[in-house]
Amino acid sequence: MNLIAQLPALAIITPLICAPITIVLPRGRAPWVWATIVSWLTFAVCILLLREVAAGGEISYHLGDWPPPLGIEYRIDLANALVLVLVSGIAAVVFPAAYRSVKPEIDPRQSTFFYCAMLICLTGLIGVTITGDAFNIFVFLEISSLSTYALVAMGARRDRRALTAAFNYLVMGTIGATFFVIGIGLLYQATGTLNLADMKQLLAGQTSRVVDAGFAFIVVGIGLKLAIFPLHLWLPNAYTYAPTAVSAFIAATATKVAVYVLIRFLFTVFGFDFSFMGAAFTWVFLPLGIVGMFIASLVAVFQDDVKRMLAYSSVAQIGYMLLGLSFATVEGLAAALVHVFNHALMKGALFMAVACVVLRAGSHSIQAFAGLSQRMPITTWAFVLSGLSLIGVPLTVGFISKWYLLEAAFAAGHGYASFLIVASSLIAVVYVGRVAELMLLRPPAQEGPYVLPKRDAPLSMLIPMWVLVAANIYFGIRADFTGDIARRAAEALMLAAGGAP
Amino acid sequence: MSRIVIKVATKILFAPIILYALYVQFHGDYGPGGGFQAGVTFAVAFILHAFCYGLEETRKVLPQRALFVLMMLGVLFFAGTGVATMLLGGNLLGYDVIVPESTHHAGQHYGILLVEFGVGLTVSSTMLTIFYSFTGREPDIDQEDW
Repeated sequence: MNLIAQLPALAIITPLICAPITIVLPRGRAPWVWATIVSWLTFAVCILLLREVAAGGEISYHLGDWPPPLGIEYRIDLANALVLVLVSGIAAVVFPAAYRSVKPEIDPRQSTFFYCAMLICLTGLIGVTITGDAFNIFVFLEISSLSTYALVAMGARRDRRALTAAFNYLVMGTIGATFFVIGIGLLYQATGTLNLADMKQLLAGQTSRVVDAGFAFIVVGIGLKLAIFPLHLWLPNAYTYAPTAVSAFIAATATKVAVYVLIRFLFTVFGFDFSFMGAAFTWVFLPLGIVGMFIASLVAVFQDDVKRMLAYSSVAQIGYMLLGLSFATVEGLAAALVHVFNHALMKGALFMAVACVVLRAGSHSIQAFAGLSQRMPITTWAFVLSGLSLIGVPLTVGFISKWYLLEAAFAAGHGYASFLIVASSLIAVVYVGRVAELMLLRPPAQEGPYVLPKRDAPLSMLIPMWVLVAANIYFGIRADFTGDIARRAAEALMLAAGGAP
Repeated sequence: MSRIVIKVATKILFAPIILYALYVQFHGDYGPGGGFQAGVTFAVAFILHAFCYGLEETRKVLPQRALFVLMMLGVLFFAGTGVATMLLGGNLLGYDVIVPESTHHAGQHYGILLVEFGVGLTVSSTMLTIFYSFTGREPDIDQEDW
């Protein structure tokens, strides 16, 4: 077996084949150790893939040796290689921390199923990203979503509202998936193919109601999965009541993968020849992105629950990504891709910090954070640093994202957008600052339910959290790595879409 | 005592249902059928058994723990076939490498048979697990517990 040639298959099959084995492992540490090792292996495979793609260009892998338009093709270019590394990397960091974080949060009888579902979710997310086949995207999207519904519901041990949150997410997510598959069906009717590259060629020059309707269904379907501003209603509850390690994992990966799918369909399948593209950018993504940036940020300011606050902030950050891609320029698309990567780093770190607090305080209410710097200084500083990154302070990844976005806004002639980006970042200062002020300046609670012992989180959670915080700073200083890959990926996507290079 | 007819009928039907499931399973590559349909039919035999003799009796025949193992084995059968073809030098699920010297793609035949067997195992055990968990559900939560 030629290991390098089989890398695309290995990225999928490693977590997929290891997930069911988790069920028969004895309860306790074994499923966690197993899942952690598997996530590291997957991460290694994805890094090798990125290296191969960066050096040798696009990889095409034919599943079952059937040639592409007929068989399923895995097609990896720089855009999805970057997302692959991101998804598996976040998994490799979150899984080690999951054991201590999740132990008090879920029913111990469910621990084997928990890690099995985490691995299946990872498989689904990687599958969505790696595949070049429209129906395969749907299948993997459902694999990841179904396991996420189960994972969110497992938070019910601590708070029964996790059940309604999971059910709400299930209904909304299923509507999204149904719309998506109806859209694919319509495109299949118009083209007779499911391969994305082939679909692009067959769609060129076609103008029909069928394709128009397919476009609309796909955009709304992915929009639900992606939590674009008015379709975001499932997200805050799902992130709030899920076990915190799950929140960290899905907040950093699931919506990012959906952004990637949206980009893939807009640029690789439809392209600028398609009649709705301009209108979709100007009248849908641009206004919804901006409205989302402001309203979701404003709502985040008034939350009394830190997880819910971070969830609303995620909706706002999705606004930035939409804004970036709605410019329909190389700079804008590169900014969106960079922000996909960077936002995963910051939200991952922030949710991990919340996981540490939840472990010790047993609550993610904002009152549990009062005077935290005296009780859990290491966690506090991780939260503050990644919070600064969320705001976009220089030397962090948040600054890089905002900088690319501002540049793209000016280059695209949307100067007013740069003003709005800065203005909405100021709202982020308010909601991050509110928690930071509580943690750093207030005295810790002396009585009541939030009295904490002076004990920081265990090392198995501190190390992964600080790895993410360090990544926030490292990629904030050495911005050329992500910037370069995102730019090359954006150029390739724009070229495929038939836009100006 | 009136249920004796049902009990005897179930005993008579049980084996033919399983036989039919196996027929659908292994005939799936030539005609209509395959792992999914066969798995459901297979599970139906046990669901009928549970209807007639009660869930506890069926659980003695096929405990939940065994179903989890079967579910896992099914997925492993499917994925394992894919890994085996990779180890033999082909792509994932490229069945031709199973019988490389064949001139009429005999490998495709064996490959799909193995994969469908995995599908059958997983589908039947998942169907039964869903049935077990719905019928064996504990009473509703009290209003106080919310």
